[in-house]
Amino acid sequence: MVPLSWYLIFSAALFSIGLFGALSRRNLVAILLGIELMLNSVNVNLVAFWRYGDVTNITGQVFTIIVFAVAAAEVAVGLALVISVYRKRNTVIADEIDMLKF
Amino acid sequence: MTIDKIIFLIVAAVTLIAALRVVTTGNLIHAAFWLIATLFGVAVIFAVLHASFLAVVQVVVYIGAIAILFIFAVMLTRKDMRDQGPQLNRNWGFGALLAALAFVGLALLVHGWSGVTKTASAFPSGFDAVSALGNALVSPDAYVLPFEVASVLLVAALVGAVYVAYNRK
Repeated sequence: MVPLSWYLIFSAALFSIGLFGALSRRNLVAILLGIELMLNSVNVNLVAFWRYGDVTNITGQVFTIIVFAVAAAEVAVGLALVISVYRKRNTVIADEIDMLKF
Repeated sequence: MTIDKIIFLIVAAVTLIAALRVVTTGNLIHAAFWLIATLFGVAVIFAVLHASFLAVVQVVVYIGAIAILFIFAVMLTRKDMRDQGPQLNRNWGFGALLAALAFVGLALLVHGWSGVTKTASAFPSGFDAVSALGNALVSPDAYVLPFEVASVLLVAALVGAVYVAYNRK
């Protein structure tokens, strides 16, 4: 049986990689990719705690479903904003979008 | 080393390498494809954890919808497919340092926690996780309110996304 700590270390590594992507990428779409990685690592944690705790208590899986819905909402709004910014400013580089009002 | 440990290690290694490629590759379309590989690895992890419904939802929602949305967004926000210039910003060293610190902190937290040696108990006989999840999502005693609020949030976000991205011309 795989120990619980392996899942937790795996999800910590996935979270850190996503954090690096969200902090260091220049392209707005790539920043959103990093955020997706972080949300996924949280899901791994929730499901691992459900499996290694009381399996009849389904809360961990319910929370994962909620995180799925939030991730879908986040990515839809985020990409709509990116496309809207690209139409107006013709760029998706985060450094170049530095005006508060256009 | 039992067979499930070997399977976990292979899947985890492939997933983490794919995740690293997502954040470091220069070509954004390739990053989106590596994201699909990462999401598929996480789906396999869900299957290893006996969360069968979530593994299917991961493939259908994340790979089938979100990753495709990313690929469309990449294609809609450029004139030619090549990426010019550096893909990481000037302060990427600080980002890497912060990510490494976060990983070390989380690993120390896991290491110092006493519950980490816990082993998974076998499923009780006659227990069906999928039907328990379905019941929990619609039962007033459990999570019907968060479930409905999440659906309202999703509808509001999608209407907002259409409004924001709509081309008024």
